[in-house]
Amino acid sequence: MLERVNDPVDNPGSGLVRTRTSRTRRNLGLAALVLTPLLLSSCTVPSFGAASGVTDTSHKTYKLWQGFMITGLIIGGLTLFLIVFAALRYRRKSDAIPRQTQYVTWIEIVYTVIPTIIVGVLFYFTIVVENPEVARVAHPPAKINVVAFQWGWRFSYPGYPNITTVGQTTQNPVMVMPVGETDAVTLTSLDVVHGFYVKEFNYSEYAQPGVTNRFDLHVDTVGSYQSQCTQLCGLYHSLMYFKVVTIPAASYHSCLSSSSDGPTFVACAEKALTTSGSEMNATVRTTQGALSHHG
Amino acid sequence: MVDVLEPQTAAHDDHGHDEHHGPSGIMNWLTSTDHKVIGLNYTVTSIIMLVIGGAFAMIIRAQLTTPNGTVVTLAQYNELFTMHGSVMIYLFAGPFAFGGLANYMVPIQIGAPDMAFPRLNALSYWLYLTGSITMLLGFTVAGGAADFGWVGYAPLSDALNAPGAGADLWIGALLLTGFSAIFTGVNLVATIFYLRAPGMTMFRMPIFTWNMLVTGILILLAFPVLTAGLVMLYADRHFGTHIYDAHHGGVPILWQNIFWFWGHPEVYILALPFFGMVTEIIPVFSRKPLFGYKGMVFATITIAALSTGVWAHHMFTTGTVLLPFFSFMTYLISIPTGIKFFNWIGSMWGGQIKFTSAMLFAIGFLITFLIGGITGIILASPPLDFFTHDTYFVVAHFHSVVMALVIGGMAGIYYWFPKITGRFLNERIGKTQFWFLFLGSTLFVMPGYLLGLKGMPRRMAIYTLHPEWQHLNVASSIGAWMIGFSTVLFVINFLKTMRSPKTAGPNPWDAHTLEWFTTSPPPHHNFYALPNIRSERPTWDYYHPDAPALTHDDHDPSHMPGAAKGATK
Repeated sequence: MLERVNDPVDNPGSGLVRTRTSRTRRNLGLAALVLTPLLLSSCTVPSFGAASGVTDTSHKTYKLWQGFMITGLIIGGLTLFLIVFAALRYRRKSDAIPRQTQYVTWIEIVYTVIPTIIVGVLFYFTIVVENPEVARVAHPPAKINVVAFQWGWRFSYPGYPNITTVGQTTQNPVMVMPVGETDAVTLTSLDVVHGFYVKEFNYSEYAQPGVTNRFDLHVDTVGSYQSQCTQLCGLYHSLMYFKVVTIPAASYHSCLSSSSDGPTFVACAEKALTTSGSEMNATVRTTQGALSHHG
Repeated sequence: MVDVLEPQTAAHDDHGHDEHHGPSGIMNWLTSTDHKVIGLNYTVTSIIMLVIGGAFAMIIRAQLTTPNGTVVTLAQYNELFTMHGSVMIYLFAGPFAFGGLANYMVPIQIGAPDMAFPRLNALSYWLYLTGSITMLLGFTVAGGAADFGWVGYAPLSDALNAPGAGADLWIGALLLTGFSAIFTGVNLVATIFYLRAPGMTMFRMPIFTWNMLVTGILILLAFPVLTAGLVMLYADRHFGTHIYDAHHGGVPILWQNIFWFWGHPEVYILALPFFGMVTEIIPVFSRKPLFGYKGMVFATITIAALSTGVWAHHMFTTGTVLLPFFSFMTYLISIPTGIKFFNWIGSMWGGQIKFTSAMLFAIGFLITFLIGGITGIILASPPLDFFTHDTYFVVAHFHSVVMALVIGGMAGIYYWFPKITGRFLNERIGKTQFWFLFLGSTLFVMPGYLLGLKGMPRRMAIYTLHPEWQHLNVASSIGAWMIGFSTVLFVINFLKTMRSPKTAGPNPWDAHTLEWFTTSPPPHHNFYALPNIRSERPTWDYYHPDAPALTHDDHDPSHMPGAAKGATK
């Protein structure tokens, strides 16, 4: 496509082209070959090392990531090409003093205006993804309070005062979340700043002393996600593990109602995970390649 | 062309009377107020700091080659990366640029005999040296050095969580080096505003000097805020205040705001001098004027202005900042940065590029910084920052940027070394060093991006649960050791060169700016005489009186209708 559009502009009325032009033409053809599939076939856009995740917002973040990576590769690739091309094409061949060009106003205007437009587009898509991510529902069907401390986590479930899970470092405490329902998470810290980060959610937030943050997560895949603190919090920062277990909403609520304390609740949830996990395994395998290394 | 003798140089060549002006040797080093001596002190001290900080990095990378690294303990690891970051940021990158090369070059580039306040300049250096020693002394005290990261987030840095004297030494070191930076900032701004030679108007100043002016202003804006924050931190630790203490009505997040209000301008305080060095080097070795000189000045000023309004992009995941505002401001910085890139490319375009080591390093800077810049735009988007915050993606991003600065700094050293010493660094070793540094940097940062996307958090001494991260970590470590080896090559080159004869002459690169008009090394008050300053390139004008004039598209006759192509040649 690109090649055909460009051809007549570069070489009006010429069938055969000479060395320099044919090189340019080959470059354009190469660029078209690389870019066209990227731009046209959005369903086969490479992951660029990231994954779509398991929440409704993580999918959008992933798409935004892909868009940014494509934009970044095009801009970066073009700039890299220009740097390397200029460096090789204009290597010194004689001691003659070249033309002393210092200002070409229209080029300078072009490379100020075009990045401004690109920035506008990137900002627009950022806002489109960000707004639902930071939005909070008024009456969440599920709630969880997360408290971080050196070097562990406490998970409690409002409305179920007996159900609390506490664990530190390699005890790897379990946080249970429903699938298919919005779960409102409140997050704070008892001592220093910690980082609540679950890779499969494509999301992180600080747990801070004196600040209670609230964010909503809507998980859509049953699974178990090994996680850990991301913000330096002292000696055992490397070992401040926790695990997120997501189970169908019905099992989640029945486990909450039937359990007498934290450990029985976690056992109930992990049982529900095994049962529904085997049913959903096929779906998980095909849609969530990134989960393959999690038990 | 180069064999044209400068009369003032020839007349004074064999006098050598500079040596008789003051004490020599160690006393000269201790008592001098000459900006060149102080600049060299700064440069040498900061390169020693680079080697020390680099050694910490080598140990860190050794620890991470296995999932359960046993090279150091968890506690030692926290000290190591804290001191690695602190030494590199506070004791190497800034002081090397604005205390070292800028101190040496700015007065000469504007035709001044010295800095505006020579004794304040000496005080700056001694505060810096004292601060550096203070910080490193942390390793000798009970409890070890500071271990809360180079950002020292409250309350991890309070008396309860960091009880040792190492933390106090860290705070003291930052106060000392902070004042050193402020005084240097005062000196740079005053020198550039008041000591320019006749004819050296603002828009004839070399870009390096322009960048140092803007850097100086940024220092004056940012560093006092950090100093205030540190005083409050110290008061919390020792005088019973509760400014950052959430349990007694204090606000821990205040530290992050204060720290990054300094910290983001600091990124540009570090970067602008290196942008300036590269901007000097590329046109000289392309035998062309800087493309878009005024646009470059505008871009630098814009970057500096915007950098004061983006600090909270380091705090997107705190849930306490206005995301769209800081995101948009951060995106805006990419526009002037892009202008710089295209001006650098435009300066090479149509030139006669000579691949000296300095030019190779400058191109290596462009490529490495490009990667850091692009990933910076990704991180400016809050959803993508939520996704990658505090992972190795961020580590890789800012190491792309700072490795670009190291490469750019090497370009500056190879470019100005003949001026400072009269000797050429060995080009063959220089080019070998370049490839180790450039390829090593790339190999070092690239696995980091992937590790971050796989979820590896930063500041991890061990990654027991994720042995699958090992291969990428090993690759990254090999890259880091290549960087380490390139530094060894540099030291060898330096020692070898210092025994070689002084063959450089005043203007070995056929350069543009005033420092290349005087002798190498320059005499006590820098110049025996000055050329006429009628453009941004007084030295070039002097050596090439009959060179083709600067062209501008509006005035270039070859672009006018009916003009024959190449008529101006």
